[in-house]
Amino acid sequence: MNYFLTEEQQMIVDTARELALTKIKPIREKYDEEGIFPWDIVKEMSGADMMGLYIPEEYGGLGGGVFELCLAVEELSKICGGISLAMAATALGTFPILLFGSEEQKKQYLPDIAAGKKLAAFGLTEANAGSDVGNMTTTAVRAGDEYVLNGTKQWITNGGEAETYTIIAMTNKAKGTRGATAFIVEKGTPGFEFGKKENKMGIRASATRELIFTNCRVPAKNILSKEGMGFIVAVNTLNNSRPGVAAQALGIAAGALDEAVNYSRQRVQFDQPISSIQAVQHMLANMATEVEASRALIYAAARTIDAGEKSFAKISAMSKLFASEVAMRVTTDAVQVMGGYGYMKEYPVEKMMRDAKITQIYEGTSQIQRNEIALQLIKEAAKAAK
Amino acid sequence: MNIVVFIKQVVATTNVKLDPETGTMIRDGVECILNPFDEYAVEEALRIKEKMGGKVTVVTMGPPQAKEIIRKTIGMGVDEGILISDRALAGSDTWATAYTLSQVLKKIGDYQLVITGKQAVDGDTAQVGPEVAACEGLPMIAWVRKIEEISETSIRAERLMEDGYDVLESPLPALISVVKEINEPRLESLRGKMKAKKYEPKVWGVADMPGFDVAQVGLKGSPTKVFKTFTPKRQYKGEMIAGDAAQAAATLVGKIKEMNIV
Amino acid sequence: MNTDDYKNVWIYAEQRAGKLSTVSYELLGAGRKLADDLGQQLVAILLGSNMRAAADELIAYGADKVYYMDSPALEKFADEPYARVLTDLVKEHKPAIVLAGATAIGRSFIPRVAAELRTGMTADCTGLDIDPEKKILLGTRPAYGGNIMATIICEEKRPQMATVRHKVMKPLEKDDSRKGEVMEKSIVESELTIRAKVVDIIKEMEDTCNIAEADIIVTGGRGVGCKENFALVHDLAAAIGGAVGASRAVVDAGWVPYSHQVGQTGKTVCPKIYFALGVSGAIQHLAGMQSSDVIIAVNNNPDAEIFKVATYGIVGNLNEVVPEMIKQLKNGA
Repeated sequence: MNYFLTEEQQMIVDTARELALTKIKPIREKYDEEGIFPWDIVKEMSGADMMGLYIPEEYGGLGGGVFELCLAVEELSKICGGISLAMAATALGTFPILLFGSEEQKKQYLPDIAAGKKLAAFGLTEANAGSDVGNMTTTAVRAGDEYVLNGTKQWITNGGEAETYTIIAMTNKAKGTRGATAFIVEKGTPGFEFGKKENKMGIRASATRELIFTNCRVPAKNILSKEGMGFIVAVNTLNNSRPGVAAQALGIAAGALDEAVNYSRQRVQFDQPISSIQAVQHMLANMATEVEASRALIYAAARTIDAGEKSFAKISAMSKLFASEVAMRVTTDAVQVMGGYGYMKEYPVEKMMRDAKITQIYEGTSQIQRNEIALQLIKEAAKAAK
Repeated sequence: MNIVVFIKQVVATTNVKLDPETGTMIRDGVECILNPFDEYAVEEALRIKEKMGGKVTVVTMGPPQAKEIIRKTIGMGVDEGILISDRALAGSDTWATAYTLSQVLKKIGDYQLVITGKQAVDGDTAQVGPEVAACEGLPMIAWVRKIEEISETSIRAERLMEDGYDVLESPLPALISVVKEINEPRLESLRGKMKAKKYEPKVWGVADMPGFDVAQVGLKGSPTKVFKTFTPKRQYKGEMIAGDAAQAAATLVGKIKEMNIV
Repeated sequence: MNTDDYKNVWIYAEQRAGKLSTVSYELLGAGRKLADDLGQQLVAILLGSNMRAAADELIAYGADKVYYMDSPALEKFADEPYARVLTDLVKEHKPAIVLAGATAIGRSFIPRVAAELRTGMTADCTGLDIDPEKKILLGTRPAYGGNIMATIICEEKRPQMATVRHKVMKPLEKDDSRKGEVMEKSIVESELTIRAKVVDIIKEMEDTCNIAEADIIVTGGRGVGCKENFALVHDLAAAIGGAVGASRAVVDAGWVPYSHQVGQTGKTVCPKIYFALGVSGAIQHLAGMQSSDVIIAVNNNPDAEIFKVATYGIVGNLNEVVPEMIKQLKNGA
């Protein structure tokens, strides 16, 4: 397939690929096994100018968009979907500033993120407010020029490692979803602490922690947009970031497909490589078709967003739904093609299968994506019927 | 600190084949790369520059296509690249190459450190570095695995030996050759790649170097000649040992004991 | 230059910490044959301090004559004084051939000597012959990571210089009855100024653990699985009295230090027995070990490239095979 990448986009792909193969591949197994946060790789990414791909040039970035981010995340995730998350989750934490930050906030926070000096994270989920965001209990109460935050955010990717956090908290519980506000909170702010690092099934080279706020005082100037806009910030952030998760899923799937194809050409059974067995061929064909379809959908979604199209919630959700489901199927089949070897930790596909699962869960489960898609479908139909 | 790094374009060794008819190397469609050891040399130069300021210049001798490896180093952060290209240089052996590079150093003049990779992976001779040092009368530290200290006027470095390492101190200017252990080369950055795309290295011929003696270079000036090349024939009488782990191990250990080495 | 003025075969007798390196004996073996082919003398050059006894040893191992330069300044290897002293000796005595080991020392200063003398040299030879007609040195060496062999000649310049790969040439049997002449040469002190000075020598491994010197090397590759499993490689090495080697992947993963790396970007080794455990056999690895006398490969992938160069191969799980081997080796002892 030719996706007609520009020269610059092709450079991004090549650079990410080289970084993944030379820097990430040798250590991915160890980092997964031991749950090491990949600071050294973050340094490599920064050195290669990859951390600011989607940040405008005036803030020190490369001036690309969601598509450029997706290209890089896909390539990195082909080798390790856990390590690529240091970049992808930073993007998630940065989108609220990019989309809703004032000029002053952008100038203050974006250059360090673009340079890779600081990572970012996005704090929305709570123990009892996963998909049901309205049930959020973290509060922010105004006190003069400050807001006092109390509550706990759960399962925050890059939690503890990032310096810059965008947090959604309730400023007026009575107003429901209109009572939420987005804040920028920096690591080191008194009253802002982290829970223990979670022990996860997959993406083990990423850090997931609780963010604990205890009378944490945040200046009012750290509000993104304005009070009460928290859910708008969150929804738009997720709409922009879902193709990135989809690209992570795509990368994991494509990496597993590569492993399965290569293995099938080497593995000899019944005096022939198993790649000449039709049952195997059909599995590989299905995997490849699904991976390519997933790629086409993600690229279309990312390009739609970057082109300035106003309404992209549906295609964004579709890309994430489809790519994450494909990732789970393809990685499972890759393990199947490789049989006993595939199940062993010496080969990377069992890790890919573990890594794939999260893409069906975070930033909205597959079920939530379907809700979103259906909601948009019905809205569109209703509008057309008028 | 001004640093000169000598680099070389080599064919990726895994692809090398000889034409069975002519015995010459088949170059068509063979991928060319920056000699892997030279990446460590470039990286070390960039690290020294980041610490001390100054300028990093890479020099390569080769055909016009060798500009590509200069561009790669520009992408990594090198300031300037010089391609030495001249028909008179064709067929130069290590001596003739070293003579040429020493003339380049004379022309550059203002440098404090010369860095080379341990060796080029095509010829594997590791000779050009020491020969340049001899031609220019520079002190040399070979096989450097770590620079412990460096100032504008001196260097203290660890030289990798078979059984450990030696620590050496030398005044500058000096020439060092570096081994893989010294660092992990950076990738070209995206901004670097964009700059490199448009970068045109300087190209010097022998006429650009005052006092260059053409009799010293090329096939004629080279003391060594390739008498013949051939593909190594190895006769492996490989024997696979069957059986479960215990049986196979027993058979193998039996064979090892027969060798009377252990 | 009249090449006929240059006679005799010289070898540089390498020493480290006052002890002759094993490559010195191998050079005497190789040099003896060349000198006999030419009907000329074999001369050993020894630079060091308080090493007179070693000079006699060089005679016993095949040299007709030894030039011994004794000075505290020559005790530790430094490029400049070594190169200057050897250059002057060559200018004075005009040898036809000068050989040295392709070691860290030889490959550092011998090219410097060649350049000073403006003569040709051939690095890292694995074969040395005399052309029967022209009576010139044919130095054969691997290039392109061992994919190509090239025979290099130096017809018009003298001496013909070469470094020789360690462990390839065979030393002669020691013969204390051999007669030879040891000439202690005086040194002009001004020759010995050193700019790049050795200020410290750190010996990290004993000869038995040093893969460049070891007769047996046990190398582990990625197939070993993880850092903890690498203990198996050490255990086998200990059981059989060998040194521990490692593939590039293993070094890059941080399981083993770089000084153990075998292959094109590591060390080239040539032991009597080379064990490749879980080593797939990438061409860059083969380049560093395929001239080993006996290669034993254990790998769970029957299609691994390493089996193509192996003398003996076992397809199996090395976590099962290697402990069995250790057990068997210990039983037999």
